[in-house]
Amino acid sequence: MEIERHEYDVVVIGAGGAGLRAAIEARQQGKRTAIVCKSLFGKAHTVMAEGGAAAAMGNVNSDDNWMVHFRDTMRGGKFLNNWRMAELHAKEAPDRVWELEAWGALFDRTKDGKISQRNFGGHEYPRLAHVGDRTGLEMIRTLQQRVVALQQEDERLHGDAEAYIKVFAECTITRLLKDHGPAHGPGGAIAGAFGYWREHGRLILFDAPAVVLATGGIGKSYVVTSNSWEYTGDGHALALLAGAKLINMEFIQFHPTGMVWPPSVRGILVTESVRGDGGVLRNSEGRRFMFDYIPEVFKDKYATTEEEGDRWYTDQANNRRPPELLPRDEVARAINAEVKAGRGSPQGGVYLDVSTRLPAAEIVRRLPSMHHQFKELADVDITAEPMQVGPTCHYIMGGVEVDADTGAAAVPGLFAAGEVSGGMHGSNRLGGNSLSDLLVFGRRAGAGAAAYVDRLAARPSVPEESVAAARTEALAPLERSGENPYEVHQELQRTMNELVGIIRNADEVTEALEAVGKLKERARNVGAAGGRIYNPGWHLALDLRNMLLVSECVARAALLREESRGGHTRDDFPGMSAEWRRRLLVCGASPDGSAVTVEEKVQPAMRDDLITLFDRAELEKYITSEELADFDALVKE
Amino acid sequence: MSYKAKFRVWRGEGGEGRLEDFTVEVNEGEVVLDIIHRLQATQAPDLAVRWNCKAGKCGSCSMEINGKPRLGCMTRMSTFTEDETITVTPMRTFPVIKDLVTDVSFNYQKAREIPSFTPPADVKPGEYRMQQIDVERSQEFRKCIECFMCNNVCHVIRDHEENKPGFAGPRFLMRIAELDMHPYDVVDRKDAAQEEHGLGYCNITKCCTEVCPEHIKITDNALIPMKERVVDRKYDPLVWLGNKIFKRSGSKS
Ligand SMILES: Cc1cc2nc3c(=O)[nH]c(=O)nc-3n(C[C@H](O)[C@H](O)[C@H](O)COP(=O)(O)OP(=O)(O)OC[C@H]3O[C@@H](n4cnc5c(N)ncnc54)[C@H](O)[C@@H]3O)c2cc1C
Ligand code: SF4
Ligand code: SF4
Ligand code: FES
Repeated sequence: MEIERHEYDVVVIGAGGAGLRAAIEARQQGKRTAIVCKSLFGKAHTVMAEGGAAAAMGNVNSDDNWMVHFRDTMRGGKFLNNWRMAELHAKEAPDRVWELEAWGALFDRTKDGKISQRNFGGHEYPRLAHVGDRTGLEMIRTLQQRVVALQQEDERLHGDAEAYIKVFAECTITRLLKDHGPAHGPGGAIAGAFGYWREHGRLILFDAPAVVLATGGIGKSYVVTSNSWEYTGDGHALALLAGAKLINMEFIQFHPTGMVWPPSVRGILVTESVRGDGGVLRNSEGRRFMFDYIPEVFKDKYATTEEEGDRWYTDQANNRRPPELLPRDEVARAINAEVKAGRGSPQGGVYLDVSTRLPAAEIVRRLPSMHHQFKELADVDITAEPMQVGPTCHYIMGGVEVDADTGAAAVPGLFAAGEVSGGMHGSNRLGGNSLSDLLVFGRRAGAGAAAYVDRLAARPSVPEESVAAARTEALAPLERSGENPYEVHQELQRTMNELVGIIRNADEVTEALEAVGKLKERARNVGAAGGRIYNPGWHLALDLRNMLLVSECVARAALLREESRGGHTRDDFPGMSAEWRRRLLVCGASPDGSAVTVEEKVQPAMRDDLITLFDRAELEKYITSEELADFDALVKE
Repeated sequence: MSYKAKFRVWRGEGGEGRLEDFTVEVNEGEVVLDIIHRLQATQAPDLAVRWNCKAGKCGSCSMEINGKPRLGCMTRMSTFTEDETITVTPMRTFPVIKDLVTDVSFNYQKAREIPSFTPPADVKPGEYRMQQIDVERSQEFRKCIECFMCNNVCHVIRDHEENKPGFAGPRFLMRIAELDMHPYDVVDRKDAAQEEHGLGYCNITKCCTEVCPEHIKITDNALIPMKERVVDRKYDPLVWLGNKIFKRSGSKS
């Protein structure tokens, strides 16, 4: 069968915020760029983001600046973050948001006509640029329309709208291809990408020296998740199979507030803006239980009485924020504990109430899509009654290990940005820091890829035998009449949810690893009934490889990290360890994915001018006494 | 609480197809898309349907349910009686690829025909100043999730293939209105709306507004005001110029 072939300078896999920003950059730097995505153009996961994009513009509180944002990000990530990424992110986010405005985005405004900013968990000042609670939609539409604007320019200049930037929608990449020739170093270099069209099942090959992964997350390995079918960890797996490394895979963010009822929408997100705008959490006894869960490291930053917490919404200078706005990992664990202690709501969550906190009209104005979502899906009027909510698998902090400045992965020619990359958020991401991350590092990865192509002495070429292997692999499920892939998928989701979920221990994670091993066997034999035209059973059969590989990384890393930090909680190791803070777990895999390895790596020490942005008293809670001695010496100088 | 529902689902590809009958379990709180997924998982693994968010945010799962354009993920089973047969078909205005999945490239083509947002050359990023009240009109239109159900339902192109080249459809006529009402856009869009994008075809039946899952008042707030602007313009071009300058300087002060 014929394989359709295309030649590009840069292939961007993913059309969410990160992928589109990367592609725009590569095109603006004159590179012929392809954007490949599994859904239609404009439907990527980013569209679902609600709350906003964090950027220290200081429009609402002029005390905000990049240093405060940097500190908040590091604190949120429990100091495990790649500090260089956190620094670049905090410094560049404002420019990236303003740039969107120049491309036509219409954010909500302050009284003096600037971009309005809202409060969010873990952010010291109101910092999230937003449009009601549909910020992701605004962002993706703006970037989509920017791509169209560039295409219109190319149409004028070259008579072909798709001459320099083309979208391949509903097209799934299944393998990255490398040239192992002597010119490209011992591990080889990226030469292209292979995949299939969802629409008609035909195969497609991109011949390109640079690939940017922007494929998002992995949530579909869990039953209860806010993520869509696209989140099967493809980019994570493609990177591993191509020889790149993943870091921080044990850290998964369970968002504290997902819908719990009706069952079919279980896991769908209830935006944190509900709490940012005044909503409170209560248990079945009517108690605002978050006051009971303020951890030691945050004691002096959060209100200890309801009165103080409530005053904070109007007077932030003289009051501390309410504990409902603690970082997500803290709130999720607290909800989990309340439910376990028998103080949950009838449908197994807790209550999130905004109805007694704001006038109905104000709720509808500020939280229109939440109002709509509950009304339509659960028959609940959030202006009149509380919602029931519980934790849901939301975001993976772990991902492809990249160079902070260029997004380059370990394999020459491979770049990654957005949720698929790792490091920026440490062990826990702050709300709003993802949308800005997509813009900052999407742009950097696009530029990194363009610069790499410019430097390249010889263009790698795609070896025919790897094309043949990719072809065989892609078509295999159609040629088997084995087990139904949906069953394997459901079992994987249950396994991960129950055994490598929000609270973990060695026994359960070990059990999960055994189960994943058996599922890997079964996945090799799944069959897909039907033909090649838009066949979701076939697509799922191929996605299973990725989900299983990524799940194995999550479980292996989770077993090794014997401490609790951010999105990784071990009830057999409940404390946070300063020793472990310096260690990163790095996953690798054999080219066929059969063997996953995990190695430890030392986290480089923070640059002097960055570490001195923190107080000694705060650092003491996170770093070892050795590191503290270095800090003292530094401050004395 | 669960029951067996009768579903008739359009199956087929390449211009051929038929309605197929299914009996399928329905549980409390479920939506039509859940039932389609249950069919996939238990009876028809190759049944094609688009979806992403399952929360009415991405506009992927547009279909016709008992003949009405709806989002499958936002149509609750409780809106039907238990003995009712529920018929699910693909959007009619676009060619079917397979089962419930249609070729919506018409819409992307139209999107590309509309000149992009064009700010004045001298305003730098970060310098934009706009009042909430001045952005609200365009913000309403930017709530659009591109489900394309308004374009699907509009009689100008539903069953009228011949009108497609000259008509952008309500979605993209609304996009023109959105840009025209953007405080910083400097392009004159009125003549083009009328002459190139087919605003004149619209006879304000409001069918598009009725199906919009985002409850955007497409006809009242975008199409009619746009028609008025075109008419004003015909009588007095200065009205346009005056409006635009007034609007800009008004929002900047
Ligand atoms: C409900 C919800 C609300 C959120 N709210 C916020 C918020 O308010 N603020 C915030 O900062 N963050 C928020 N987040 C997180 C944030 O939205 C995501 O982390 C972010 O959008 C991810 O963007 P991305 O560009 O990395 O990937 P995505 O937007 O997910 O895009 C991934 C792209 O990769 C493509 N792709 C994947 N695999 C393949 C493959 N094999 N071949 C081809 N293409 C492929 C997909 O089709 C898609 O186009 C939210 C997340 C959710 C789920
Ligand atoms: S109001 Fe106009 S655009 Fe909308 S459906 Fe009717 S004719 Fe079509
Ligand atoms: S205007 Fe409404 S109906 Fe039309 S595409 Fe947008 S969301 Fe859908
Ligand atoms: S699945 Fe996104 S709108 Fe229905």
